Amino acid sequence: MLVGLGALHGVNPAMGWLFAVALGLHRNSFSVVLLSLIPIAIGHALAIAAVTALMAGAGVLIDPRIVRIFCGLLLIGWAIYHWRYGHRHRVRVGMQTGLWGLALWSFLMATAHGAGLMLWPALAPLCFPAGAPETDMSRPFVMALAGVAVHTLAMLSVTGLLAVAVFRWLGLGILREAWFNIDALWIAALFATGVILLVV
Amino acid sequence: MASLMKPDPSFYPSPRMAMKAAPETLAYVAAFDPNRKVPDAIAVVDVNPKSKTYSSIIGTVKMPNAGDELHHFGWNACSSCLCPNAPHPHSERRYLVVPGLRSSRIHILDTKPNPKKPKIVKVIEPKEVAERAGYTRPHTVHCGPEGIYVAALGNAEGKAPGGIFLMDHETFDVRGRWEVDRGPQQLAYDAWWHLGHDTLVTSEWGTPDTFENGLVPEILLGAKYGRRLHFWDLHKRKHLQTIDFGEEYQLVFELRPAHDPTKAYGFVNCVVSLKDLSSSIWVWHRDGNKWAVTKVIDIPAEPADADKLPPMLKGFGAVPPLVTDIDLSMDDKFLYVACWGTGDLHQYDVSDPFKPKLTGKVRIGGIVAQAGHPSHKGALSGGPQMVEISRDGKRVYFTNSLYGAIDLQFYPNGIEGWMVKLNASPEGGIAFDPKFFVKWPASHRPHQVRLEGGDCSSDSYCYP
Repeated sequence: MLVGLGALHGVNPAMGWLFAVALGLHRNSFSVVLLSLIPIAIGHALAIAAVTALMAGAGVLIDPRIVRIFCGLLLIGWAIYHWRYGHRHRVRVGMQTGLWGLALWSFLMATAHGAGLMLWPALAPLCFPAGAPETDMSRPFVMALAGVAVHTLAMLSVTGLLAVAVFRWLGLGILREAWFNIDALWIAALFATGVILLVV
Repeated sequence: MASLMKPDPSFYPSPRMAMKAAPETLAYVAAFDPNRKVPDAIAVVDVNPKSKTYSSIIGTVKMPNAGDELHHFGWNACSSCLCPNAPHPHSERRYLVVPGLRSSRIHILDTKPNPKKPKIVKVIEPKEVAERAGYTRPHTVHCGPEGIYVAALGNAEGKAPGGIFLMDHETFDVRGRWEVDRGPQQLAYDAWWHLGHDTLVTSEWGTPDTFENGLVPEILLGAKYGRRLHFWDLHKRKHLQTIDFGEEYQLVFELRPAHDPTKAYGFVNCVVSLKDLSSSIWVWHRDGNKWAVTKVIDIPAEPADADKLPPMLKGFGAVPPLVTDIDLSMDDKFLYVACWGTGDLHQYDVSDPFKPKLTGKVRIGGIVAQAGHPSHKGALSGGPQMVEISRDGKRVYFTNSLYGAIDLQFYPNGIEGWMVKLNASPEGGIAFDPKFFVKWPASHRPHQVRLEGGDCSSDSYCYP
């Protein structure tokens, strides 16, 4: 599931590969495409790590079952927000951005899309296998970190593959045909993961 | 609001790809009643040569009030929705955002399901625009990274500063003032951007009290109308630089940045030089880490018999070209220049933006010339004004009215509205389509033209 969500995040043009391709086209350089993937992955990983660390920390301090319910409600709320106002984001990073700006953009996009929250249904059973407060305080954090690493690796592989394929072979014309409404899928995924946390 | 499963087919990642779009079959044209007695309208013109109703108005959408003075308008969404940093790929290009320049009322027209019969689906009253945006006299409308950008000429009280406000591109809520830091900018007119360079550019006209009853000679001769360009950080919404064209130049108007987002230059027209009544075209471009402007075209006034001139020009004994609109083809190769005073429409090859070459010229109307058209031999009033180019660059449309109160100053006998079309050859050269002449109903005058699916002043692109 962690890998699957990583692939989903990686496929989404709004999470990074398209920006990498655009910067490559603007600077007329394939290495810029590859280089851009690094800050995109770092921003994504940091956004997810921040949220999962918060969840893990909350799970240590209070009952992870409460965290589960809280996270589930938050995901459903996020889905509704995204459905209603997802088109309204303030744009802070433009085409002249450097690598730091790109990392910031990736962080903001992943956060705004609820990417970290979406991982919690997969991470919660790893961090708190008993579904109860852990006696070993470090376990939830170690597991969360491992989960983030696996997820980011999957995301980076998929997004990198797409960036290279589009820049080198497919061309941007593909956007007109293949950019299916991933936002609709995204909203469904946010909602579904929220429901899973609440009922399963 | 509806969203699509695949990107709107009229969105193109790059201008190169947009040039391959199918030819337009419809044009939407803003038309206003100069007497402000009957409601203004958006006319639907058939531009499909295979159609039986080719070159005629096949539909009219009347506004709910009279006296709006429809002028410029735009789409709710366009190709910039494919930008990587702010994607909205599944928004629809569907709604026309139609402001009344005089009334400050904004109309939203739905062009689906029947593009020949758009319907008004929302009207935002002037009070709401003023309260939420802090601006009035909405002019230029552009779809862009954060929604709909509207450049307005006055503040809520109808004074300076004018500026830009944002509207939601799906709900059409007025979201408020765009500028975070306006620096020294006071006057407003047009606005557009370089998406590849995170830069927005604005130009200047004047405050509403200085143009709503026509141009004021003292203000013009005192060089107090707009003469500056302003450069902004598009995403920080911060003023970066002002370029003053100086005492000689008045009315720096239409902004036509290169469509290719990697190119950092654009064209702007200056309507009149106070020294010799000439019009000029300037290029803005990078110079080190600043912006700079260079004059690249000068169009002189033509000597004329004072008897044939309106009172305002009699003393000068010449017809000014009055270049009041320009438009740049999608491949950034040809610049079209409308000389509303002399009646000329020029085509320049601007492949090298600093060395334009005149490649085509037609004449129709004009203050003195009153030139005819292949399908209308008699004298014609008005002159080439708002120009629009098809995405493939092969067809050019234009109309003949500038602005109610100013029409009267230069064409005191009145303007009979018309719309014409040129065929443009890819190597350069233009000629009238003899079959296309739309004689406008006498109650109204036509202004801006928008083409179905997008045109050369409606869309911007993030990819080269």
